Amino acid sequence: MSRLAGRGDGSVIGGVLGLRVEPGLLRLLAAGRQVVLVTGTNGKTTTTRLVTAALGALGQEVATNAFGANMEAGLASALGRSPDAPYAVLETDERYLPAVIEATEPRAVVLLNLSRDQMDRAAEIWLTARRWRQALAAAENCLVVANVDDPLIAWAASTAPRVCWVAAGQRWHEDSWCCPECGSHLRRDELGWRCGECGFARPSARWVLSGDTVIDDNGQVRELALTLPGRANASNAVMALAVGSYFGVGVEQALPLLREVRSVAGRYTQVQRQGRQVRLLLAKNPAGWLEAFDVLAPQPTPVLLAVNAQGPDGRDTSWLWDIDYRVLIGRPVLVSGERGTDLAVRLEADRVPFEVVSGIDDAVGRINGGELDVLANYTAFQQIRALLGRAQ
Amino acid sequence: MTEHAARHAAARDKADTLILPAQPWLVDDGDAGPQPVQPAADPPPAGRHAASAPADRDGHAEVAPRVPRQSGPADARVAPSAARPAGGGGDGASRNGQGPTGPASQDASRAAEPGPDQDADPASARPRGAAGSASKLRLVWVYPDLLSTYGDRGNLLVLGRRARLRGFGVEAIEVNSDQRVPAQGDIYLLGGGEDLPQILAASRLRADGGLASAATSGSVVFAVCAGYQVVGHQFGGVEGEPVGGLGLLDITSGRGERRGVGELVADADASLGVPTLTGFENHQGVTTIGPDARPLGQLSRGVGNGDGTEGAYAGKVLGTYMHGPALARNPGLADLLLSWAAGPLPAIDPAEEEWAARLRAERLAAVAQ
Repeated sequence: MSRLAGRGDGSVIGGVLGLRVEPGLLRLLAAGRQVVLVTGTNGKTTTTRLVTAALGALGQEVATNAFGANMEAGLASALGRSPDAPYAVLETDERYLPAVIEATEPRAVVLLNLSRDQMDRAAEIWLTARRWRQALAAAENCLVVANVDDPLIAWAASTAPRVCWVAAGQRWHEDSWCCPECGSHLRRDELGWRCGECGFARPSARWVLSGDTVIDDNGQVRELALTLPGRANASNAVMALAVGSYFGVGVEQALPLLREVRSVAGRYTQVQRQGRQVRLLLAKNPAGWLEAFDVLAPQPTPVLLAVNAQGPDGRDTSWLWDIDYRVLIGRPVLVSGERGTDLAVRLEADRVPFEVVSGIDDAVGRINGGELDVLANYTAFQQIRALLGRAQ
Repeated sequence: MTEHAARHAAARDKADTLILPAQPWLVDDGDAGPQPVQPAADPPPAGRHAASAPADRDGHAEVAPRVPRQSGPADARVAPSAARPAGGGGDGASRNGQGPTGPASQDASRAAEPGPDQDADPASARPRGAAGSASKLRLVWVYPDLLSTYGDRGNLLVLGRRARLRGFGVEAIEVNSDQRVPAQGDIYLLGGGEDLPQILAASRLRADGGLASAATSGSVVFAVCAGYQVVGHQFGGVEGEPVGGLGLLDITSGRGERRGVGELVADADASLGVPTLTGFENHQGVTTIGPDARPLGQLSRGVGNGDGTEGAYAGKVLGTYMHGPALARNPGLADLLLSWAAGPLPAIDPAEEEWAARLRAERLAAVAQ
């Protein structure tokens, strides 16, 4: 229905109707299944997809909310669509994690990262981490798979009875200069991070992402060689491998399945438009944009940056100022979206030459080469995807 | 795998990920040329802080001229473009720290680790105080590690740009909470923050004294959101309990009933000569202005101080609930601060004002609907 209306993937509406009928629906639908929850600011949808791919090796049906509908209604809808699946891998909104843990009694919870995102609607991230701590402390029979390189994640996970620590890396440091435990300045060095005041420090990791290789908990080193681009996805893959291993899927078995993942809910999709090759990238916040810049095609491939500030994006565009755009110098930069002017002022301050365009087709019409990377935030991404025929 | 091996592998991994696209960056890359950069803060006292300094900079090495860099390769690269008009690009790219330049510049930073004798370094010999600031405007961003929630860097960038367009040299200084706040800046910026960092920032700034002494001696202070509350007499803590501020501005803040989130529009106090203020607010504070300060403006939309007014100022200390990059939408306010620091300002080429003007018009039209 919503898909026909061009407004979404249709993955939430069934759930919304369902929840109106039965408030305890999520608990009922999850009962008796092996549930994995995936949460964090960035990488949720992709990691959910990768964990689902890894668990595919078990040869049984896996229920999943593959299209990023990650609040209770989306989760219920995903479980309802696969009533017989013994496994469920569920992307979960950060704010709903405690409630969803309580309702689904997961076997594993994956904590990716926490950084500033849509602050005008979400609570402050430290408060989010504190709520996770309470929920995870009470989660019996649950393995928490957590990224040790994000201090806030390490703090959130440290109350859990069982934790598998993964050194998955963290490029964005702007939200972790302070110790989550005591607020003092965090020290960082090549071995990680530690607080000079209270001694809270990076736990040692069982799994490690090192360049493009994964070191598993037996010390085996293997090349990842994913199809999905970028460091962030390598990081997501290592988290997925750790989860797979917990469910009995070895790295050797899981890796080929992860390599088969080419695009995730439209992200990284390549589409033809007016004879040009257009690649779609979604990033919703500064940490996400920083990782996305890393996967842009080499210069001078042009990039279109599209920014909206609708409800799902957050109404505030301040986050645009937390990104360093100067890596874009040397390639044509096109700007569109409902808040393109905000971005124009931002690029001007960084002295990045740019051109404001009216949309994807205008952008495609203006480029010389055969390729265009498109980086958009949430609703801008959905608009472009709808226009390009809902490319998968 | 042994713990040692894991740590080792992790270290290798960190080495990779530490090649950051420089998150924080300089404002003055274009015009600074091979200028030596002053240390951000007076040398930290020997002992814990001194020892912690190198580690702190690891992720932050490319951050900022906090490290007194000798005019090394990074700075030299920018020199030829110094006279080029803005917009040409290219000058900033070399600083991004991505690719092979990353580790090198980190090493350079480390090599230039400030000792107590940093002033003996010929590269950093530059007149201090009033004589020095005549040639270069010193913008000090106070505690970005504690007071920076969303886009606060924008104010530093906008001030830097508008000063540069008028031919000023700009020195942008970022001072983390484990460093001393230098007393000789021209404009001090404080950003927004969550409750705990805000409380910590207030207590460290009180203990440090640098900001208060700069304000007393006539430096400009521009404080946003949590920073606005911090420069007042007191503000509300985690449970709403009163927490002492710096008392640089005669305001008292507390915790309000509900969070004010959304677009804000206000007519600035007529004596400031600043056009309509437009911004975005996101706070739960309410602020009462005492007899020694005046409201920055009267609201026509938004929550502001909670009594129909928005922000406050007295002398050269000015605070606002417009969070994040407030000056991006209010170049007039940016110019007010610059003029407080540097006297009457020449006009800027209208072509350089176009995008900001368009943004203002867009936002004001959007809320008028």
